[in-house]
Amino acid sequence: MKQANHYRRAGWLILLLWLFAPAVWADEVLRVDITSGVDAAEPVAVVPFAWEADGEAGQDVAAIIAANLERSGRFRPLSRDELPARPGIEGRPSFSEWREAEADNLIVGEVRQSGDRLDIRFRVYDVHRGEQVLGYSLPARADRLRRAAHQISDMIYERLTGDPGAFNTRLAYVQVERRNGRERFHLVVADSDGENPRQIMSSSHPIMSPAWSPDGERLAYVSFENRRSEIFVQELRTGQRQSVSARDGINGAPAFSPDGKRLAMTLSVGDGGPDIHVLDLESGEFTRVTRSRAIDTEPAWFPDGDRLAFTSDRGGAPQIYSVGVDGGQLRRLTFDGNYNARPMVSPDGRRLAMIHRGAQPGFRIAVQDMERRGLTVLGEGNSDESPSFAPNGAMIIYASRSNGQGVLSAVSTDGRVRQRLGSGESNVREPAWSPRLDAVDRGALRGN
Amino acid sequence: MNGNEGITLKLVTALSAALVLAACAGTQEIVDEEAADEADRRAAQERESAEIDGLRDDEFAEFQALDDPDSPLSERVIYFDFDRYEVKSEYRELVREHARYLRDRPDLRVRLEGHTDERGSREYNIGLGDRRAQAVRRMLVLHGVSEDQIRTVSYGEERPAIPESNEDAWAANRRVEIDYIR
Repeated sequence: MKQANHYRRAGWLILLLWLFAPAVWADEVLRVDITSGVDAAEPVAVVPFAWEADGEAGQDVAAIIAANLERSGRFRPLSRDELPARPGIEGRPSFSEWREAEADNLIVGEVRQSGDRLDIRFRVYDVHRGEQVLGYSLPARADRLRRAAHQISDMIYERLTGDPGAFNTRLAYVQVERRNGRERFHLVVADSDGENPRQIMSSSHPIMSPAWSPDGERLAYVSFENRRSEIFVQELRTGQRQSVSARDGINGAPAFSPDGKRLAMTLSVGDGGPDIHVLDLESGEFTRVTRSRAIDTEPAWFPDGDRLAFTSDRGGAPQIYSVGVDGGQLRRLTFDGNYNARPMVSPDGRRLAMIHRGAQPGFRIAVQDMERRGLTVLGEGNSDESPSFAPNGAMIIYASRSNGQGVLSAVSTDGRVRQRLGSGESNVREPAWSPRLDAVDRGALRGN
Repeated sequence: MNGNEGITLKLVTALSAALVLAACAGTQEIVDEEAADEADRRAAQERESAEIDGLRDDEFAEFQALDDPDSPLSERVIYFDFDRYEVKSEYRELVREHARYLRDRPDLRVRLEGHTDERGSREYNIGLGDRRAQAVRRMLVLHGVSEDQIRTVSYGEERPAIPESNEDAWAANRRVEIDYIR
């Protein structure tokens, strides 16, 4: 099922303008395409929010919400032409006309001035039962209206599906530009819908492996700017950064522990080959976790903070193992396929995403259930890389290739919903999905 | 190893020993380690300044063989099989040539850059590139090159020789480059 959506396209157009301005931009449209969705996507009507604040409407809040709901693959927002009326926040909507328009749910709202801030009020109605299921008022800074719209999207999504949303999040990724035969690498942080992309680091040498701190305020990454690998931790708010490892050999694959106090990484100290180490960020002390002559790399934390999954070729080909941070309790986790690497543990610790090669040629994203052991191949490409779970565990974003260019793809963990982010000249790779930026007011979700 | 090589090896060993003795004689007055470190630093600085200023005549001569397309030393790339990091027999002689050259010139430094093709995961490929560079380093050391002369770095799949997605490009990208630091 292929759908174009002008809301989404508008978002990526801004990214595009920022990328290529002012040189070329007419034919290189970046966008989010839902390449496959749930057949039973629920029709939902999102009425444009009335703007009752100073100045012009800064953002189309309703459009942002509609685009988010559509991207989830679980909702099908009515186009604005299909809306039979434009009710405001006050009064009872005429539910019969919304039933006739075949909307299951109706969302209305307004943006109001409140001192030097804005106040976004919205209501969600169940059209069939003819009652309000959620009503809320969210204060927001004028320059943070998009973020507030993502927060509202998370609330609506959770109220309607029972599952937490992951709209109020960010993506970090690496973008490679080729100009006059030379490459330039950028580390980019954007909103989860691709909006507001910001280059937080650029270099003519490779940048790799961005990893979020659990508070979403720092990124660890690998940079070759000094003609060797080096791990940096950068504060997003200030741009300040610190080199945390620049040993001889490999300094790679950083991963923050769930408490944010430690950084697992790969170092190749001496002759032994790459091994997993853990750096205590407060004391600066390194602890060696694995000790083998094989390649041990790509550590990923389990949510308990006591164990790590990692890739090792100690058995002759790359497979995924787990080990305690004290170096004990080594276990092999994957047995299907002849190449399993780059593990990522789901936020609930019950699933493992990875790059997998089985009987068929090509490398695809696969998910393994930790208890039942079964492995499900989710990717459709043949050179997929770098899986990263959304903080709600519902989607996995990963890198793939299309016409020689790097693109980002996302797939729901049940494989039913697929999206592609970016196309054409964007050449993006190594996506990392951030934790949720603000807590959701769960009391409000229950209270209605 | 053939007979000629054995003789060359012995000759070089003798020469190196003589050089080491000469060096010791020159630095006899230096008693404390700090001063020795200082001398090392100054030597390093001199080497660096030589890099910036251009090469001295004798150094220029050192690199002539490297720049001669007919010299076996002009071959400075070793290729590997997919997901493997042992140096294939067809490249052993190439590595030995470089080992001899480096062993005779203890001031010369090389950087071994390990690379992989684009397939598989990026950080695993960093590990693979590292193993490849280490395999070449071990061979050089085995043939008498000092550890201090060699630095390794792995770029994994980040710096392909041919940025394409086909068998020929992949084969060209699975490599270790011997980079003489001039």
